[in-house]
Amino acid sequence: MLAYLVRRLAWAVVTVLGVLLFLFVLFFMLATPDDIARKAVGEKAPQAVLDQWKANHGYDKPRVWNPESPGDTMLVEHFRRMLTFDFGNSDADDTPIGARLWSGAGPSLAFTVPLFVSGLVLGISLSLFIAFFRETYIDRAGTVIAVLAMSVSTLLYIVGVQFVLGKLLRWFPISGFDSSPEVMIRFLALPVIVGLMSGIGGDLRFYRTVFVEESSRDYVRTARAKGCSEGRIMGRHVLRNSLIPILTGVVMQIPFLFAGSLLLESFFGIPGLGSITVDAINANDFATLRVVVYIDSLLFIVGMIATDVSYTLADPRVRLG
Amino acid sequence: MPLHVWVNAGVALLVLGVTVAAWRIRHNTLWREAGRELWRRRPLALTFVALYSAFALCDSISWIDAEGMGVREPRSLLVRAFPADFQEASYSAPLADVEFYGAQPLKHPGAHWLGTDILGRDVLLQALRGARVALLVGGLTSLIAIPLALLFGVAAGYRGGWLDDVVVFLITVLFAMPGLLLLIALIMALGRGPVQVCIALGVTGWVSFARLARGETLKLRELDYVQAARALGVSELRIVVRHVVPNLMHLVVITFVLTFSGLVLSEAVLSWLGLGIDGSWGQMIDRARDELSRDPIIWWNLTAASAALFGLILAVNLVGDAVRDILDPRTLRERA
Repeated sequence: MLAYLVRRLAWAVVTVLGVLLFLFVLFFMLATPDDIARKAVGEKAPQAVLDQWKANHGYDKPRVWNPESPGDTMLVEHFRRMLTFDFGNSDADDTPIGARLWSGAGPSLAFTVPLFVSGLVLGISLSLFIAFFRETYIDRAGTVIAVLAMSVSTLLYIVGVQFVLGKLLRWFPISGFDSSPEVMIRFLALPVIVGLMSGIGGDLRFYRTVFVEESSRDYVRTARAKGCSEGRIMGRHVLRNSLIPILTGVVMQIPFLFAGSLLLESFFGIPGLGSITVDAINANDFATLRVVVYIDSLLFIVGMIATDVSYTLADPRVRLG
Repeated sequence: MPLHVWVNAGVALLVLGVTVAAWRIRHNTLWREAGRELWRRRPLALTFVALYSAFALCDSISWIDAEGMGVREPRSLLVRAFPADFQEASYSAPLADVEFYGAQPLKHPGAHWLGTDILGRDVLLQALRGARVALLVGGLTSLIAIPLALLFGVAAGYRGGWLDDVVVFLITVLFAMPGLLLLIALIMALGRGPVQVCIALGVTGWVSFARLARGETLKLRELDYVQAARALGVSELRIVVRHVVPNLMHLVVITFVLTFSGLVLSEAVLSWLGLGIDGSWGQMIDRARDELSRDPIIWWNLTAASAALFGLILAVNLVGDAVRDILDPRTLRERA
């Protein structure tokens, strides 16, 4: 286990370095510092302004190779900043990126944690219900509804729910955010509903497949033969043995709760990491975008390792080695 | 050469390719049976996909009228199916005779089945034209991604050694960046535009295909018939082309159909971020957001674009499920 984790971590470090190299190619070679500066100061700005902007934002060094002092290049600077989590200032408004992202984690979590928990409970209980009635009309109707729900664009869910529940029925405020809990709940209702609607189709299908596959196993037949009730079979035998495939998807999502949701957050005015990312895209803020991609890939790598470890906890037969 | 000539040539090439592929399929028992089974199970969904493809094709073939015949820009076959001056001044409701605000009489009363948008363009025509962008996004992207992924994945899996290490490293790095963010980062770095979007989608789609191809090749390499071919002295290239790749194709087809809808849906999200392709359903939905807050509301733009998008995605999802059931050997065994 320990040897496995060490090897896994070493591989993770290599991956992180690869991601950083990829980001460098993307944001310093493909989009050159000149391009980035042009977008920031405008097409018609004189060369002097351009050079000044580049100097202010650290884009004026040699990119890869500096004959005078080999350490003083953008490549080295990029790696140093990212690896030490000293992200510097935003390209758009010169505010420190680290502090801004840190302040977005709270609102993101306030939105994603309720969505994650309710989605999990709803998805598993609904699909257990459907799997319980497999090969009946309830099952068929459930599968059809799941495919229908999957085929609708999230954009339409957002616009539709905002219009019906927010504007016509006036049940919830259309968008906004507040840090006091009672008000926050009212603001978070719509984005959580939309998140549930857009996610439930895929979850339902996946969980149902897992449950149905599991309930065709021999031990289920044995349990039924010795007189177990169907409810007990589903709840105690099938659910517990289906945990592994379900864990793969679920544990992976946990680190990403910090990252929030790009679409839902900016539509519903939640000032989380997703909104910050969208603002960065609209403002051509390459510095912030780099950091967000980097952080998200870190979260991904953490999620991968956590998934593997969770296997051993859920299934004693799994040995990592 | 102007752009539309290139597009026309591309369409001709595509039609030729599909014809050759269809002819090859007819002469292969396995694929022919799979095709029949698919048609038996999902006739309606397949018809829908064919309809969308037909609209997309009609909108891709375009030419410029001879001198003195009006508009000097290329107009597609689909646009020509509607009257030449099929544009009003502003919004009009479906099948209306007068404008929505102001009640000015229309040029074509009752002819706009789904109404017109803010610039007076026919919504039905725009919704139909969206099919081209959607199929371009799903199809062209896969056309870029699949051959590349097969090349890298099969080479890495079959050859092993340093080549495998490099490809696995590339896959891990690209896979570590969440899909939508990687897309956004790529488009921001490459610049905005239809080709850039397809390249970005291709790079992100490449990863899953390459992972799949590499994993399967690792398994296939050890199978008896490949070993037998090697013992008989068949060249490496021939083994790969004749024995490995054909046995991967069913997985490629399944993944292609299953990722297609995801690609089209992510274009809609990109459109909303201002990174999408002109003329897509995503852009229509994005524009329609403000129209819902008007009074009285403008609903036909949003409805038309969403329905068109929903129809294609649903049809592709249904076909995808059927394709997986038919081609996946695991489900084959269950059916037998």
